[in-house]
Amino acid sequence: MKVGIVCPYSWDAPGGVRSHVADLALALMGHGHEVSVLAPVDDGIDLPDWVVNGGRPVAVPYNGSVARVNFGFGATRSVRRWIQEGDFDVLHVHEPVAPGLSMLACWVARGPMVATWHSSHARSRILSAGYYIAQTAMEKLSGRIAVSEQARRTLVGHLGGDAVLIPNGVRVAEYSTGPLLDLVDPTRPSIMFLGRVDEPRKGFAVLLSALPAIVEAVPDLQVIVVGPGDLDELRSALDPGLASHIEFLGRVSDEVKASALRCVDVYVAPHTGGESFGIVLIEAMASGTAVVASDIPAFRQVLEEGVSGALFESENPQALAAEVIRVLADPALRTEFEVQGWRRVQEFDWDVVVDDVIAVYESVTVGGEKVTTDLRGQIVGRLGGRST
Amino acid sequence: MNPVILWLIGIFVVLLGWYLSSTAGRLDRLHRKIDISRLALDAQLLRRSSVALELSSSGILDPATSILLADAAHRARTASDVDDAARSRAESNLTAALDAALEYPDDVAEVRSDPAGAELLDELDAAIRRVELSRRFLNDAVRACRQVRGQRAARWFWLAGRAALPLSWEMDDTPPKGLGPR
Repeated sequence: MKVGIVCPYSWDAPGGVRSHVADLALALMGHGHEVSVLAPVDDGIDLPDWVVNGGRPVAVPYNGSVARVNFGFGATRSVRRWIQEGDFDVLHVHEPVAPGLSMLACWVARGPMVATWHSSHARSRILSAGYYIAQTAMEKLSGRIAVSEQARRTLVGHLGGDAVLIPNGVRVAEYSTGPLLDLVDPTRPSIMFLGRVDEPRKGFAVLLSALPAIVEAVPDLQVIVVGPGDLDELRSALDPGLASHIEFLGRVSDEVKASALRCVDVYVAPHTGGESFGIVLIEAMASGTAVVASDIPAFRQVLEEGVSGALFESENPQALAAEVIRVLADPALRTEFEVQGWRRVQEFDWDVVVDDVIAVYESVTVGGEKVTTDLRGQIVGRLGGRST
Repeated sequence: MNPVILWLIGIFVVLLGWYLSSTAGRLDRLHRKIDISRLALDAQLLRRSSVALELSSSGILDPATSILLADAAHRARTASDVDDAARSRAESNLTAALDAALEYPDDVAEVRSDPAGAELLDELDAAIRRVELSRRFLNDAVRACRQVRGQRAARWFWLAGRAALPLSWEMDDTPPKGLGPR
């Protein structure tokens, strides 16, 4: 099958949707399908040959963080050209309600189309208005996928109807094997944080306020912090006694992230919300690391209400500290979480998950109909009275 | 007449025209999507009944189950030429027959021990899954279409033309218990 996938977020910047698209594309190619991915790109160097440059993205605030997306006539033209040249059997757009290439692709294409919803947000008036405007484009989608129960609820709340739940996949093998990081001292107990340190919903502040209590109980604790953000400012604001425990790695490659996850004893996820699916938890579990996470709905679901990892009350530093100390102090409990986590993670291996995605493709394609461009709904098309 | 009023009427007519044309376009698109979804569901149902027929004639199942399954699969296939209600009944019956044949995990394991049986079971599982998905997508499209057709403008101006009111496809498509959870 020839599959065209649209990613609305920049290919150069790491992110959940972008890695989902990359992994999905690779898994589909592994199953013998032909894939082309259209994504915004900052500089065109070093693109794999299955990624097509969708133009330079522009930074705009969206869904509580900054998204770098494409819009406008130029972007519309490049999407249309990609669809015309691609001759796809199915078009798969990601996050179609985020303003960007995906929304444009829904607008200019017709034929077998599938969309995946990633994020979750509460119903708001402004978003409802946005959904109304985007409705014409949404109505062309034949199959709708949500990556989590939360994302599904968002979609159903705004658009009605239903969606198929297909969770994110993880390339388990890449997290479970590979070199270790010498930065982490294996003789000392260690914990790790992953994510932007200056983005409130990633919860780094919660971890920071819990640290003094944890260090008091575990004096030789090592804290590994992986993720972008203004590290200099953060370091200067830290109490020196605390700072000596923390190792800031900044933004790192996926390989280094995987190595770091494998080295530490406990991965801490203090996220305060906005997370529709705990992909980071799955990655940590695939590395064989015990997980301690806040009890937001997405995490509770991934950790099976505490069976495959420990949960603490979200935004409560005391609860975080108590849970981390408990797990660090009890090797048997850690092993139990590692074993349960490893069992849980097999359900999310991309090799398994991609079969469900292919099932969706096959249930919307029929009789060899291809994806083509559609001018109806646009002024040119309406005046012309027909679609091309 | 006052030119201002003429202008206002003109603008109103243009806006109304634009609204009606865009709603008609929406309906056209939805009807088209329903047609495609129907064809897709049709293809998946046929695929399911042919695998069921193959399984019944494979000699892996006992004769009684084979005959029950063959009968249900054959009826489902021939019902596709009759009307929709008869067909969805026949397809639901096939679902029941499949469930009866593959109700217990032990029985399924026995079928799976035969290499040909394992292949048929995988194929059947895939077909059942795709029937569920296609039916869900079709009913989604039908619901969206009926909602637009229910709007006042669509009713007053006959925007749907002579297209028949689409119906959702109701049938039992629960997978056999013995195939296990996905």
